[in-house]
Amino acid sequence: MSHTTALTPAMKLQRRAKLRRNALYLVLIAIGLVAPFVAYPVFLMKVLCFALFACAFNLLLGYAGLLSFGHAAFLATGGYVTGFLLSSYPGLTPELGILAGTLAAVVLGALFGALAIRRQGIYFAMVTLALAQLVFFLFVQSPFTGGEDGLHGVPRGALFGLISLRSNLAMYYFVFAVFLIGFAIVQRAVHSPYGQVLKAIRENEPRAVSLGYNVDAYKLLAFVLSAGLAGLAGATKTLVFQLASLTDAHWHMSGEVILMTLLGGVGTLFGPVVGAGVVVSLQTQLAQSPLGNWVSVILGTIFVLCVLSFRSGIVGEIQKVVKKNFK
Amino acid sequence: MTFNRNTLVSSIALTATLMATGAQAQMSDNAVRIGYLADMSGTYRDLAGPGGLEALQMAVEDFGGEVNGAPIEVSSADDRNSADVGANTVREWFDTQNVDLVAGLVASSVVIAATKVIEDNNGLGIVSGSAASSITNEHCTPNHIHWVYDTYPLANGTAKAVVEQGGDTWFMLTADYAFGHALEADVTRVVEDNGGEIVGTIRHPFPTSDFSSYILQAQGSGAKIIGLANAGADTVNAISTASQFGVVQGGQQLAGLLIFLNDVHAMGLEDTQGLLLTTGWYWDMDDQSREWAERYFERTERMPTMVQAGIYSSTMHYLETVAEEGTDDPETIRAAMAERPVEDFFSRNGRIREDGRMVHDMYLARVKSPEESTGEWDVYEILSTIPAEEAFRPLAESQCELVTN
Repeated sequence: MSHTTALTPAMKLQRRAKLRRNALYLVLIAIGLVAPFVAYPVFLMKVLCFALFACAFNLLLGYAGLLSFGHAAFLATGGYVTGFLLSSYPGLTPELGILAGTLAAVVLGALFGALAIRRQGIYFAMVTLALAQLVFFLFVQSPFTGGEDGLHGVPRGALFGLISLRSNLAMYYFVFAVFLIGFAIVQRAVHSPYGQVLKAIRENEPRAVSLGYNVDAYKLLAFVLSAGLAGLAGATKTLVFQLASLTDAHWHMSGEVILMTLLGGVGTLFGPVVGAGVVVSLQTQLAQSPLGNWVSVILGTIFVLCVLSFRSGIVGEIQKVVKKNFK
Repeated sequence: MTFNRNTLVSSIALTATLMATGAQAQMSDNAVRIGYLADMSGTYRDLAGPGGLEALQMAVEDFGGEVNGAPIEVSSADDRNSADVGANTVREWFDTQNVDLVAGLVASSVVIAATKVIEDNNGLGIVSGSAASSITNEHCTPNHIHWVYDTYPLANGTAKAVVEQGGDTWFMLTADYAFGHALEADVTRVVEDNGGEIVGTIRHPFPTSDFSSYILQAQGSGAKIIGLANAGADTVNAISTASQFGVVQGGQQLAGLLIFLNDVHAMGLEDTQGLLLTTGWYWDMDDQSREWAERYFERTERMPTMVQAGIYSSTMHYLETVAEEGTDDPETIRAAMAERPVEDFFSRNGRIREDGRMVHDMYLARVKSPEESTGEWDVYEILSTIPAEEAFRPLAESQCELVTN
């Protein structure tokens, strides 16, 4: 064990942290695998789709410091393109449909990103909102989206042409796999040198420029990545519910994802997942309870409380407590 | 991690419901379950919403709370006018609660999504709230029935009657999306077929809050009638603006194509007087209607809209059929419901066609002026009856697969 002894204490600590993190991932994946036997799979799929959407958004807000107020456009684009292709070309397999939807969102992301990153702060948010509203208008008017009625009866089809996704259980594992891929991409991006540069830009952009980084290229890549993942979430969601509707393109959706991310903990990996879980559960549980009429009010109150008293979100606060007491 | 704690909590809740309901399931397994899906908190709340649920519960109570000894259980959910929430809720009802009938069903996008799920699960749905005539046209399924009204009789009834009464020049104010376009096309056809003329059309974005320029243009067109091919808040805004500009006092008349009792009640008679509209039912139209409406009023302190009355009527028709057939098998019930004529306080000369459309007499009404009105809810004067067989889209024009095949 000569090489172990060569490690400095700091490296040991790092290695131990990495081991702990990997163990945590394994436990969570195991939970994800048994979850559909305990809870209703369609509900879980919805949580996963929104969790992926929130993760994509968090990549931009939490790590690059860019507040996009138009992410619904990418979610909807992914959803509509996938839905349209799958219902118009019955031979198309679902994974190709999802890929096409994601690609469409990537292209749109590149377009929006190139325009939006020229501005900072509130202007950036406004530019993304304006562009997303343009997309919303396009979806209301285009015949292929079904306008107000939405796109319905999208076939789930058979994965790779082999595995039928008709059963909720099969669909769940597919969605879970998609989510893991998306999450892994975010995780890799954040923990890579690229992620370090993003954080540097977030903390002090002029300094990053002075250090010789092409800040615009970094930001654009983050935007495109985020848009693509949001599109992936939308495409998967369309497949789960077999429909795409204007709800996904509406600016409410852009607001909802901000709520999920902030509530869970912006700038933490698991924050958006937790936030999406909480928001979707609340919406689902409350809708069928006598408090059904109050969903928006309750969510609004929670948001206000979160911003006022625990600003780093659920996961952020937990991390603080852990850091304080166990290290 | 809270996500897992959450799924755990919800799963416990879910298992609890499963265990609670597992003992009896379906009428085939001793209960008739009705799920009520509607917008309980948004734009369409007053149209159907909690008041519709009340009507449904009233029907269940009037029926005695059980069918041939099997209890009737009602659950409800808010679809928040979102197709995925609606479809998801219905799917969950089928997967975990064995719901036999899905009732309510308001926003068109939700309804189309929900009926697809109902068809997939071979269930039964009765659509009471939605306006879209496509629900029993290109989106028809053997698993749902459309009960109260749709845009076809609204356009047909109002436009035809208005032209016959001398309103032969029209200016159309149309919401610029598929629904508005469809309504505009329907109205244009009816107006021209009856010898009228469309002198101008203007499309406004959806939604719009400032209608001044549109109303001024309509006023300047010299048309006798201003047709409002829009819905909800847009219609309300357009009518309020028209009232501020004195359109009616200036000799022009508004024709609302999608207006409900609650809209008129909310806007007040001052702004809406003289408005012509088509309705599927009105609480004050005869003794039978009044008797039921007053019972409803006692429970809710509001007069029922045609949608809420339709929910009672359709639920009653369903329960009576289930009692008679002794089963809640959707296919049998759907067929048996169509064999029974629908005659009650709500529906006259009613029958369910093969495309799922429940056709019944519709009524042309005019909104009273404040002087004519004798009470808060005394708002319509029924001018004429549109016979059931003429009101709705004829089967010959249907694109529904159940008809064309």
